[in-house]
Amino acid sequence: MGFTKCFKMAVATIWASKVRSLLTMLGIIIGISAVIILVSLMGGLTQQITDMFNDLGTNMIQVAINDRSLTKRVEPDAMYQLVSENPDLLLDVSPSINVMGTIKSGTESKSGTATGVSEGYAMMRNLTVQEGRFIQYSDIVSKSNICVIGTYQEQNFFGKGEAVGQKLKINGTPFIVVGVLEEKEDSAVGSGDDIIYIPYTSAMRLNGSNIVNSYTLTAANEERVDEATAIIKQLLGRKIGDDDYYTVISMKELIEQMSVIMGSMETVLVCIAGISLLVGGIGIMNIMLVSVTERTREIGIRKSLGAKQKNIMMQFVIEAGTVSCIGGVIGIILGAIVAVLAGKALLDATITPSVTSIIVAFSVSVAIGICFGYLPAKKAARLNPIDALRYD
Amino acid sequence: MPPLVELEDIYKIYYMGDNEVHALDGISLKIEKGEFVALIGKSGSGKSTCMNIMGCLDVATKGTYRLNGKDISNYTDDELAEVRNKMLGFIFQQYNLLPKLTLLENVALPLLYAGMSDSEQKERALNALERVELRDKAKNFPSQLSGGQQQRVSIARALAGNPSVILADEPTGALDSKTGRDVMMFLKKLHEEGNTIVLITHDNSIAAQAERVVRITDGKIVYDGPAEGDEMVSKQDKAGGV
Repeated sequence: MGFTKCFKMAVATIWASKVRSLLTMLGIIIGISAVIILVSLMGGLTQQITDMFNDLGTNMIQVAINDRSLTKRVEPDAMYQLVSENPDLLLDVSPSINVMGTIKSGTESKSGTATGVSEGYAMMRNLTVQEGRFIQYSDIVSKSNICVIGTYQEQNFFGKGEAVGQKLKINGTPFIVVGVLEEKEDSAVGSGDDIIYIPYTSAMRLNGSNIVNSYTLTAANEERVDEATAIIKQLLGRKIGDDDYYTVISMKELIEQMSVIMGSMETVLVCIAGISLLVGGIGIMNIMLVSVTERTREIGIRKSLGAKQKNIMMQFVIEAGTVSCIGGVIGIILGAIVAVLAGKALLDATITPSVTSIIVAFSVSVAIGICFGYLPAKKAARLNPIDALRYD
Repeated sequence: MPPLVELEDIYKIYYMGDNEVHALDGISLKIEKGEFVALIGKSGSGKSTCMNIMGCLDVATKGTYRLNGKDISNYTDDELAEVRNKMLGFIFQQYNLLPKLTLLENVALPLLYAGMSDSEQKERALNALERVELRDKAKNFPSQLSGGQQQRVSIARALAGNPSVILADEPTGALDSKTGRDVMMFLKKLHEEGNTIVLITHDNSIAAQAERVVRITDGKIVYDGPAEGDEMVSKQDKAGGV
């Protein structure tokens, strides 16, 4: 008896008891769709976060020196020299000095942070000035009190298009706004638009210290980030020695770490969804066992007419496989729809369930049907024909 | 030539607690090709057990069963399935048709398990239905037929595989007397065509229509000979009702 014949028979049997078959499939449907939804949403989330990091620049390297005694230091000149000596690895460097305090314009005041950077910083971070200009080399040299602000500051203190030329007081020192950066996010507090850049030399003066404890560097390209990180570490090792006092983190490393975390989160979630698949499989086994009992007489008749154990086996295994396979397909479709809708609603992103996850989900559902159908099928195949025939 | 069916000292023993129940108590029986034999006995006499063993649906506790000269006493489940498929045709009291299959599919079932091609199954099944005059209902389901018609379908199914022996277990038991007579007429016709038929019944008037009667009481054969020789059977009018 061929596979096609068995399959047709299975479909006919499933169709004959639609409600029961659907209930049997329910476990598989829920399990498979849960897996599809979770995998797709996690994929979307990971993509979104990765994109965010990529926007910051995958070739960025951050150096932080944390020595409270202020005796261990790396001068900007040493960093600039490192960059100019390794043009194949490093593109540029900028000190980055945070000045925390109050930002005030007229009567309006709030607490905030200004960041002291060099003239190359705009290029490094892909910052675009929408109005006015960015910090220039001469500003660094002359320690000018000028600043470049984000759209949040512009809208908060001055109003659209009215910022350039105005004064902003940072910790009491007046700075002239020379440029406004293009909007990056949504001009909200704490976003990429809530930002004030000043020359790093001015920042040093504001802080009352000539120490630079943090640098931003850019590697020549993404592939050379590791090498670039290595030579920076070498320099810091030479200058500072104990590596407890400095950290060098590349954006690439951060993305990789994040991917690992997202990956393990995904595994945990899929495992949890997998439990419902297991429960679904047990549901199939349960119904198949009932079905074997109900159809004992049918099995008896078939055996009396010459059905061998493998014929009966195949009939029931294929039936279980078909039930869970149909359940799997419904689950995949349902899961994909929910994933796309949820992606729109929760992540505001277009999510496409991966082909791999669909193929895996489908194979898993077929495998579950066959595995959990095996035991009932075995029971059916081993029935004694005369006992089966007499069964009412 | 060996007998078609040969039971030699067959026992079927059930154990109920400490008690041994001998459903069959040393039965020996030979049936030649072309015979029409009635196994008769009261309910509980062991005649059904005997037929189940002959039909390879059950195995004897001890004894030897030769079918067409071959000892099949120690066959496995699957080997017995093959014997049932190739050599035996069953007609059951309750017809035992599968309700969700059409008549054609029902009749083709033993052919399907024999591994025939679809076209051959169909042709043979239609021929078998033709013989029981139900070819025009091939696409119907059993529930759309009367009891007598259903029994004729089960006869067609038994014939389809062209078996060596047809085993009929109380074939008229569930039918009214007229349709029962029709079924008996049909079995007689099959016998005249050269088929070997073993008929199990508790009804003397049915048994009277066979050539040979084997009476079983308490698991033993108490009479084996022509229908006329059995005193209870011979009292019946052979042409009489069911």
